[in-house]
Amino acid sequence: MAITVDEVFETTKMILYQNLDIRTATLGINLKDCVDSDFRAFKKKVYDKVYKNGSVLIKEARKLELKYGVPIVNKRMSVTPISLIMEAHLSKKKFLEMAIILDKAADDAGIDFIGGFGALCQKGLTRSDNLLIEVLPDVLSKTKHVCSFLNAGSNVSGMNLDAVNLLGAMLKKTAKKTKNASGCARFVVFVNAPEDNPFMAGAFHGVGEGDSALNIGISGPGVVRSVVEKDKDCDLTQLSEIIKRTVFKITRAGELIGRELAKNLKIPFGVVDISLASTTNKGDSVADVIKAFGIESIGAHGSTLAIALLMDAVKKGGVMASANVGGLSGTFIPVSEDMGMVEAVKRKSLSLDKLEALTAVCSVGLDMVAIPGNTPEETINAIIADELSIGIVNNKTTAVRILPIPGKKPGDLVKLGGLLGIAPVMAVNKYSAKNFMKRGGRLPAPITSLRN
Amino acid sequence: MKKELSFITVIGKDKKGIVAKISNLLYKNNVNIEDINQKIMEGLFVMTMLVDISGYKYPMNKLNSSLEKIGKEMGLKIQIQHENIFKMMHRV
Repeated sequence: MAITVDEVFETTKMILYQNLDIRTATLGINLKDCVDSDFRAFKKKVYDKVYKNGSVLIKEARKLELKYGVPIVNKRMSVTPISLIMEAHLSKKKFLEMAIILDKAADDAGIDFIGGFGALCQKGLTRSDNLLIEVLPDVLSKTKHVCSFLNAGSNVSGMNLDAVNLLGAMLKKTAKKTKNASGCARFVVFVNAPEDNPFMAGAFHGVGEGDSALNIGISGPGVVRSVVEKDKDCDLTQLSEIIKRTVFKITRAGELIGRELAKNLKIPFGVVDISLASTTNKGDSVADVIKAFGIESIGAHGSTLAIALLMDAVKKGGVMASANVGGLSGTFIPVSEDMGMVEAVKRKSLSLDKLEALTAVCSVGLDMVAIPGNTPEETINAIIADELSIGIVNNKTTAVRILPIPGKKPGDLVKLGGLLGIAPVMAVNKYSAKNFMKRGGRLPAPITSLRN
Repeated sequence: MKKELSFITVIGKDKKGIVAKISNLLYKNNVNIEDINQKIMEGLFVMTMLVDISGYKYPMNKLNSSLEKIGKEMGLKIQIQHENIFKMMHRV
């Protein structure tokens, strides 16, 4: 059956007026084959591999943008967790040098972010993992493109509280070294981190992956909002159905372009991650989708149900559209990057506590949350540990990206600029969990892990 | 030669000469028009042209920018997209 004017118009409208885009084409590459006992040779191999792959990615992605008229907003790369390939080069100086060479390769190739400067330490910390965390404040302040992650727990390993306990101090140091703590925006701590997530800052090329894979992140909160707005009275089942149908369509666009891009790059196609991800553009907001559901301001009672419905419908629509749905797939609810969320915090309808509840049903976690710079480090660790325990108990990924902004107090607004948006500083609970956190050790894996 | 089909979408206010200008550009560049449809939707004039670009010899960005130029002159949004994107999104 021929494509009708209505169908062409529907797609074009999504792109022109509702911010439908391929949010990211992320090329994951294995760096294990670059390891060399001669550190200079090692660095050169890493630079060459990143630069070569990065420049081809940009060129091929641009061709497909023209062919299909769908913007591929970000072209990014993810690499093998760096802590793993640095095990035989244990010095702070070398870690920093490796970060700088990755930054330079990304910069030269025209890649905006390169993810993977991180560690998998869900059960324990190696000496390399420890060094990596120690050097992070320097890495994040001396590079522009390097992103870092830590996987500090999983359903089957429990949570590594010793690793979490290192993060408050690390984040506070990073915050002091970078303007408005913006270096902290390039660090995410996870539990159950997916090895094929294309979205930054948490992307890395998992150790179970092959030599390379292309992962696509597709987004479109504006598209979902506009279909929800059209039908103000339908019940929840119908609402879910409407969202599923729309998400199906946008995921198909990701599937088509991802597969073709991978083919042109001559590498395997990894996953399509369909995640509603807000940007600072007008109307490109998950908070606005929730508003269109009929909730006055996100954070109001009823918001958790709304996010749960949205999340489930997005996943179901995506799964029908592609056999390769993966990554995080669902809904991000970052604060500073979503103008609807920022407004909700300003009008006091969204607190950190309610946000934590929302993350129990969204796909990631506490994302782009600014807190006062004088928050004690144990409290930051406790905020992280709380969020991660939600993921462990509920068999899902959760993560924290938090910015303790020096000199700022609750209610202040901090302009982070660019993609990062405007951060309203959120109040934290003033009581301490210090004596609990200092117990350290590992949260045992939950009973649900014993499925064998 | 195997056909390679793309849709040109024109969105805006109906005006004299839209089809003439675009078809002239396409004719000069060896792009064949297979089908034309138009409709008023949400108060906007929407026209789609199904075109075969297999005979087009230059890089695609040249055709894109020529169409964009016409769009700018006439106050219209003009886009060209390969038909596969519509097939993928609207057909199961």
